[in-house]
Amino acid sequence: MAVVFQKTKGLTDVPFHYCPGCTHGIVHRLVAEVMEELGVLDKAIGVAPVGCAVFAYEYFNCDMQEAAHGRAPAVATGIKRVHPDKVVFTYQGDGDLAAIGTAETVHAAARGENITVIFINNAIYGMTGGQMAPTSLIEQETLTTPYGRKPENNGYPVKMCEMLSTLDGASYIERVSVYDVKHVLQAKKAIKNAFTAQLNKKGFSMIEVLSSCPTNWGLSPNEALKWIKDNMEPYYPLGVYKNTLEEAK
Amino acid sequence: MAKVLMKGNEALAEAAIQAGCRHYFGYPITPQNEVTAYMAKRMPEVGGVFLQAESEVSAINMVYGAGGAGARVLITSSSPGISLMQEGISYIAGAEVPCVIANIMRGGPGLGGIQPSQSDYFQATKGGGHGDYKLIVLAPSTIQEMADLVQQAFDIADKYRNPVMILGDGMLGQMMEPVDFDNIKKGENHISEKTWATTGMGTRKKKNIINSLELDPQMLEKHNIELFNKYEKASKEEVRYEMINCEDAEIILVAYGTIARVAKNVIELAKRENIKVGLIRPISLWPFPVEPFEKTVDHVKGYLSIEMSMGQMVEDVKLAVNGRKPVYFYGRAGGMVPEPAAILEEIRKISGGAK
Amino acid sequence: MKQVIFDENLCKSCELCVEACPKHIIEMDQDRLNVKGYHPAMIKPENMEKCISCGFCAIMCPDTVITVIK
Repeated sequence: MAVVFQKTKGLTDVPFHYCPGCTHGIVHRLVAEVMEELGVLDKAIGVAPVGCAVFAYEYFNCDMQEAAHGRAPAVATGIKRVHPDKVVFTYQGDGDLAAIGTAETVHAAARGENITVIFINNAIYGMTGGQMAPTSLIEQETLTTPYGRKPENNGYPVKMCEMLSTLDGASYIERVSVYDVKHVLQAKKAIKNAFTAQLNKKGFSMIEVLSSCPTNWGLSPNEALKWIKDNMEPYYPLGVYKNTLEEAK
Repeated sequence: MAKVLMKGNEALAEAAIQAGCRHYFGYPITPQNEVTAYMAKRMPEVGGVFLQAESEVSAINMVYGAGGAGARVLITSSSPGISLMQEGISYIAGAEVPCVIANIMRGGPGLGGIQPSQSDYFQATKGGGHGDYKLIVLAPSTIQEMADLVQQAFDIADKYRNPVMILGDGMLGQMMEPVDFDNIKKGENHISEKTWATTGMGTRKKKNIINSLELDPQMLEKHNIELFNKYEKASKEEVRYEMINCEDAEIILVAYGTIARVAKNVIELAKRENIKVGLIRPISLWPFPVEPFEKTVDHVKGYLSIEMSMGQMVEDVKLAVNGRKPVYFYGRAGGMVPEPAAILEEIRKISGGAK
Repeated sequence: MKQVIFDENLCKSCELCVEACPKHIIEMDQDRLNVKGYHPAMIKPENMEKCISCGFCAIMCPDTVITVIK
């Protein structure tokens, strides 16, 4: 008898409050599994965002701080500068990271802060009821773009991995998704690389996870996963955008 | 070490270092740029961290993170930058994170000017950020006092797990006076004593969370009441003030910071005209010292609040006096400094002419 | 003996596991509701022998409902 799969020690026993089929649950678990496997749970300090994942501090089995909207990379910077030997990560949505927190995100990367940022991109604002996000697609209907996102009014979706990879302080940047088992496993590998970059003091690491929001997209959970593949992936190509881990060898 | 001639801004920074502060986050803004320059040089000398953030918004959040992780942290700015920090300060107070914030006030509102002012009194003492919280606010009047109060501020912040603000102004920041560091208490940053801090669980069984979110209204009310129990204690134990010549004063000036120094000169000028003038100098602006008013309200003819603003502290004076005697106001704004002769003229008006 | 254990009170009936299972043996139990009011995921006993212990269901589950034992 062998255990093929059981729940990681990196998660507490608090049940997730997320909507049915919300990919937050998958990504939380991957981050927790990676921290457990790397043996860093006892020295991890995470920073929770404002957004659907605002209660993230209840779910991870490590010290946590709640940040103001968008400020997680700054909060993480403060923590890491006090405890450079600890593993500091943020977990943020698309409004938190790419709207209100753009400056904090960009400058943490520019400074090469040795923190790991987990970026949940589901092209919409979940917690507040489905407004447009900076990463919402052209023609995507949201609560604040009821006629579809129009470039003349709202400009174009923002590609964070591409942008941040231009910064010398960024050491590991990869975009992944979780819409099927193969991609979930690849996402976990990427997250492990990101935390490894931090452990090797290579600089700023970020994993952008193309995620779903079944509730605000108005789709069933499985339909929502398909929507990621059909609509988001063509605009936000998956892959590694920056990797200085190889240069270490 | 003999007395050192230092700029107020630099004394502020050095006092923090001597209090055990090893983490400073800031952003350039006049008239406190000497702090960032001094810290950039000095922190590496003591093995500390100086980080110039991309904005005051980011900097105050770094303070939240570092303070929540157990460090003694200092951040300094001036009026417009302090406005940017208000969200962060509310979070810091709500999450019960200790830190020291210094505002070297300049003229406002908006971009205003770079000359000194005292027009952030309301911002410091009545809120500034959202929600029910208080900053403990200390206002030095000399550079030596700046150094002393910065030292005390770190202890007070740790004692109450609350942000403490040093309210200075551009004059205090820029002028130079001798400072004796030998005779003021030194401090240390004992992170391990802060059992509530996010230091990584290690062998600790229970995780620590630094947080100000509480969706259950009963629990949030309970939290607010607990915060105010702290403030209740602070309002008894952290009152600081100075009284000069008040025992038989006819008119009592109320002034803080650099303006108190001007007020002290006026006492002498008034004496020559046989007008008995005293001074109440609040050193803690929150908690506002009520005691000196209780001690003087019976015998005094009236109080004259003097500020570099359009009238902010005067409201607290009125509250303390509670209608028992008249409270007058004289102020200058925009960076203009009240002059002794002008204040004396106000005194003459109140006292009914020179005798 | 191979087992797939569902902590059914955590299940939100999202059906990601149903889609993920290569043997199509997971279904939502229409006869019961869990404490949250959802039809929890389950595998009929007679279908258990088709299970290949791949763990795909558990990998896709957002709520750590599933434990897989080979």
